[in-house]
Amino acid sequence: MAIISRGFGGRRRESVPGLPPGQYLTHDFPVLSAGPTPRIPLDRWSFTVTTESGEKTSWTWPEFTALPYEDFSTDIHCVTKWSKLGTTWRGVSLDTLLADVETAADYTMVHSFGGYTTNVPLEDLLDGKAWIAYKFDGEDLEPEHGGPARMLVPHLYFWKSAKWVNGLQMMQEDEPGFWEAAGYHMYGDPWLEQRYQGD
Amino acid sequence: MMKLDGNAMAGDLREIFAFDVTAAQYTCAGCGHAEAIGALMLWGQEMGRVARCPHCDDVVLSLVHAPGRVFLDVRGAVRLELPLAGS
Amino acid sequence: MARAALPGRLTWRAATLAEARPETPTARTLVFDVPDWPGHLPGQHVDVRLTAPDGYRAQRSYSIASAWPPGGGGPPGGGGKVELTVQRLDDGEVSPYLTDVLEVGDQIELRGPVGGWFVWRETQQNPVLLVGGGSGVVPLMAMVRSRGQSRAKQPFRLIYSVRSQGDLLYREELPRHVRDDPGFDLFLNYTRQAPDGWPSPPKRIDVATINTHGWPPDFTPDVYVCGPTTFVETAADILVALGHDPKRIRTERFGGTS
Repeated sequence: MAIISRGFGGRRRESVPGLPPGQYLTHDFPVLSAGPTPRIPLDRWSFTVTTESGEKTSWTWPEFTALPYEDFSTDIHCVTKWSKLGTTWRGVSLDTLLADVETAADYTMVHSFGGYTTNVPLEDLLDGKAWIAYKFDGEDLEPEHGGPARMLVPHLYFWKSAKWVNGLQMMQEDEPGFWEAAGYHMYGDPWLEQRYQGD
Repeated sequence: MMKLDGNAMAGDLREIFAFDVTAAQYTCAGCGHAEAIGALMLWGQEMGRVARCPHCDDVVLSLVHAPGRVFLDVRGAVRLELPLAGS
Repeated sequence: MARAALPGRLTWRAATLAEARPETPTARTLVFDVPDWPGHLPGQHVDVRLTAPDGYRAQRSYSIASAWPPGGGGPPGGGGKVELTVQRLDDGEVSPYLTDVLEVGDQIELRGPVGGWFVWRETQQNPVLLVGGGSGVVPLMAMVRSRGQSRAKQPFRLIYSVRSQGDLLYREELPRHVRDDPGFDLFLNYTRQAPDGWPSPPKRIDVATINTHGWPPDFTPDVYVCGPTTFVETAADILVALGHDPKRIRTERFGGTS
């Protein structure tokens, strides 16, 4: 039924083995935005963890960047079907940030400047699986890519890696964030192709 | 060129509704501003269409296409006012 | 006759390129044959869908440039002709295909017509002010053509802002409307380079442009503004500052990377 458009290739897409199902390789870094890009002066930046009982732990930018960091390399997979291999970052592990936070919650909501939210189970943020990143490719993270700092949970689809992150809320029950409420999957495992609700 | 406002949602909305929704007036749940759906600011074309109130930037509606399904979220509008044909 | 289709699920239709005309070095008008085209209102648009051999798809919206029925009369008979004018964006995915690759006889898919807000209906009795920036003139052209074709009497003014003469769409047709359509005025505003002997230096549209070449707010004109986002915001702000009723101002924003 569909008509093939003679000579139409679309953006260059490279299908390589080893990628999650349905993904293509990209070499640039596409920017997806669901709203205006917030510009956050560093003296107004903070990151706050809030437990289910309302206890808060906050870091200012100088405090945050004084924490032990990790330089790491990882593959990222966007639900719009592009994957980018071997991206290099500097960030603070969530293990470091949550070391002294007492919680019995199983779920978290990641919050961002500009109002974006996304839900991630707590265990997916621990044991070296997630960071708050502030450098990409050796440079300060650009606002378009989530700077000053963004979440990085690379084993889940990239919408879970919230840009412009400013907080983490512990939750006893799982709740949908921005895209999850709009129809995307609550968990978003690229290897299981969990793109949309019900997948 | 790519349209960057609610007018561009006309096709996707006409796929769901039997009438044109872009001419409807929304009332924003965030700020109470009322305007045509066609005047909303459009974002996030790749994952889904996110239409924000030009007055307060709150999301008024979002539309996500999955294979064989479409999700329409209208929580950002407290009301839609639709013109009736022939009046 | 040219009645709108009955309400129902909107579906994709095959469209065959019947004719193509260059408008400028980077813009092209495409005339499609669309069987069973239900007709459209000036200002409406279509969604265009392209499918690559491996199933990859891209979809964009384009304003319809032509009036309906085409060519000024007669029942559509053997099917509809729909004209789009596409501006090529060099880093785009769809527009370079439409301006440079698509040939007469090739097929694409169309869905529409759609959009019921940014449209002009002949039953509207007020004077009309059209403000177009760049390829934002396309849906406004459909209104100008529609008015000319039906010999409508509502006075029309078009303020068309463009970088230079080489970027002007409908360069030969617009003066014909000025000559042949009583009550239609055109003001061309050049932003980068004006033709030799042009009375005013190049500049972006400003309060004076719209105040001088638009309608006074007292005339309660219906206003249509179409162009890049910054152009639309500037023009709409000026119109409101001049005292135009925001409810009479309809906008359509173009831009981005398609």
